[in-house]
Amino acid sequence: MQINVTDSEIDEQVHKLRAGDQRAIAKLMTYAEMNLFLASQVIKKLYKYTGNAYIIGITGAPGVGKSSLVNQMAAFYISEGHRVGIIAVDPTSPFSGGAILGDRIRMKKSFSLKDVFIRSMANRGQMGGLARATRDMIKILDAAGYEIILVETVGVGQDEIDIFKAAHTCVVIVVPGMGDEIQAIKAGIMEITDVFVVNKMDLSGVDRTIMDLETTLQLTHNSKPKKPITPAQGLFVKVNNWKPPIIKTNAITGENIPKFIQNIQTHQDFLKKNDLLPIKKLAACKNEIMDIMKFQLYKKVEDYVFKNTDVNDLIEGIIEGDIDPYSISEDILAKFVKEARILDK
Amino acid sequence: MSNERKIRVIVAKPGLDGHDRGAKVVAHGLKDAGFEVIYTGLHQTPEDIVQSVIQEDPDALLLSLLSGAHNKLFTAITKQLEEQGIDDVLVIGGGIIPDQDIPHLKKHGVEEIFGPGTEIDEIVEYVKTHLKR
Ligand SMILES: Nc1nc2c(ncn2[C@@H]2O[C@H](COP(=O)(O)OP(=O)(O)O)[C@@H](O)[C@H]2O)c(=O)[nH]1
Ligand SMILES: [Mg+2]
Repeated sequence: MQINVTDSEIDEQVHKLRAGDQRAIAKLMTYAEMNLFLASQVIKKLYKYTGNAYIIGITGAPGVGKSSLVNQMAAFYISEGHRVGIIAVDPTSPFSGGAILGDRIRMKKSFSLKDVFIRSMANRGQMGGLARATRDMIKILDAAGYEIILVETVGVGQDEIDIFKAAHTCVVIVVPGMGDEIQAIKAGIMEITDVFVVNKMDLSGVDRTIMDLETTLQLTHNSKPKKPITPAQGLFVKVNNWKPPIIKTNAITGENIPKFIQNIQTHQDFLKKNDLLPIKKLAACKNEIMDIMKFQLYKKVEDYVFKNTDVNDLIEGIIEGDIDPYSISEDILAKFVKEARILDK
Repeated sequence: MSNERKIRVIVAKPGLDGHDRGAKVVAHGLKDAGFEVIYTGLHQTPEDIVQSVIQEDPDALLLSLLSGAHNKLFTAITKQLEEQGIDDVLVIGGGIIPDQDIPHLKKHGVEEIFGPGTEIDEIVEYVKTHLKR
C-alpha cells in the first residue's frame, strides 16, 4: 500500500490539477486524507492558488434532506455557469472503523457528473461534524478553480460547529415535525446560523415549524453577545445586524430553490458590504492553525508515550492504585517537554 | 487519529434492475470489516460509475448486477477505466453470472467474480490481498 508519496509526484499532480484534471484533484485529496504530513505537503504546494471559492456549509440532522438540497443547489449553480465542488462527510462507525458514504445516491439526477466534483469522506472519529482533512479538501477544490464549494456535514449531534468556522455562509436545515429539535438547535447553533431552511415543505406542519423558528430566533437574536469571543475560544464571527432568513424548500421538486439561493447571495453581499469577509477569514485561519498544532502536538505526545517504556511504566503505575491520572499526566508532560524534540519534523 | 490506511471501496449497481438488497448487504458487510464504502445507488450508467471512480479515487470498485447485462456493462466500465488511464483500482463483480461468462470478464479487466451466497469475509480477504496500490 502506497503511503509514501514523493515530492515530485505531488508537484506533478498539482500541475495537472491546475490544468483541470479531475483525477489529479482526487489523488491530492487521497494524500491529504491519508495523514497529516502528506496533507501538509499538498497544502504547502497549492495554498497560493486558493482564496477564490465561496464556501457554503449545509448542516442538519440525518434525513432532513442535506444531500438532496445540495443536489438542487449544484444544479442551480451549474445552470448559472459556475463550477461546483461538493464535499460530503458521513460518520465512521466507532465499532468497526468503517463507514457507509451514501450521499452520492442523491447527487446525480439533474446534472452531468463532469460538471461537478463530488467527494465523499468519513469523519474518522473526528468530533465537530467534519473530518480532519475536510478543510484540506476545500482548499484543493478551491485551487482547482471550483467557484462554489458545498460542504455537507455529518449531521449528528449538537457539537457540529466546525462548519461554521470553515464556511462563508452556513445553512441549517430543519423539517416539519421536529419541534423539540428546534429547541435543541437554540442551544448554540441558532446564534450563528446564516440561513435557515425548512425542507420538506410538502409535509404538513411547515408553517408551524417556521413560526417556532421565528419565535426562538427572536429570543436568541435579542440576547446575542455584542462582541466576538476571544480567539482561543470559539473563533466565530458573530454578526449582530444580520437576521437569518427562513426559507421553505422542497429538495425533491426543487420548489423555492432559486429563492433560497437568492438568500445565500444576500448574505454574501451583506458580508462584502460590511467588510466581514477578511474578518471571517482571519477567524477561520486562527482556528485552523490551532487545530493543526493540536493534531501535531497530540501525535507527538502519542508517539512519545507509546515509544518510551519508562513512560508506559508511569502509566501502569495507575494500576497500583496510589497515583491519580492528573499527577501521572503532569509527570509525563514534564518529561515530554524536556526530552522529546518537539519541534523536530 | 491513526495513520492506519483506510481501504475505500465503491459499491455500484450498473444497469436497469431495481434490486439493490444484495449490494446493500455487501456494502454493510464491508463497512463492518472496517472499509469506507461509497454507495452510489441504483441505475448507474457506466459513465456515472467511471466518473465516481475518478472523483472518489477508491482502492476497489465492486460492480453488482442481477440483470444479465454484465458482459456488456462490466466491460464498458473496464474499457472506460482503461481509457482514462486508471490502472490502480481493483475491479470485481458480483451477482448472478454464469460460469461460462467469467473467462471473458476476467480477460477484460474484471479481476474476480463473486456469485450469490459468497461470504462477505471472502470478499474482504480478496480485496485486502489484491489491492493495486
Ligand atoms: N417529502 C420530501 N422528502 C424529501 C425532501 N427532501 C429530501 N427528502 C427525502 O428525505 C430523505 C433523506 O434525504 P437526504 O438528502 O439523504 O438527507 P440527508 O441525510 O440530510 O442528506 C430521502 O428519502 C429524500 O428523498 C422534500 O423536500 N420532501
Ligand atoms: Mg446526506
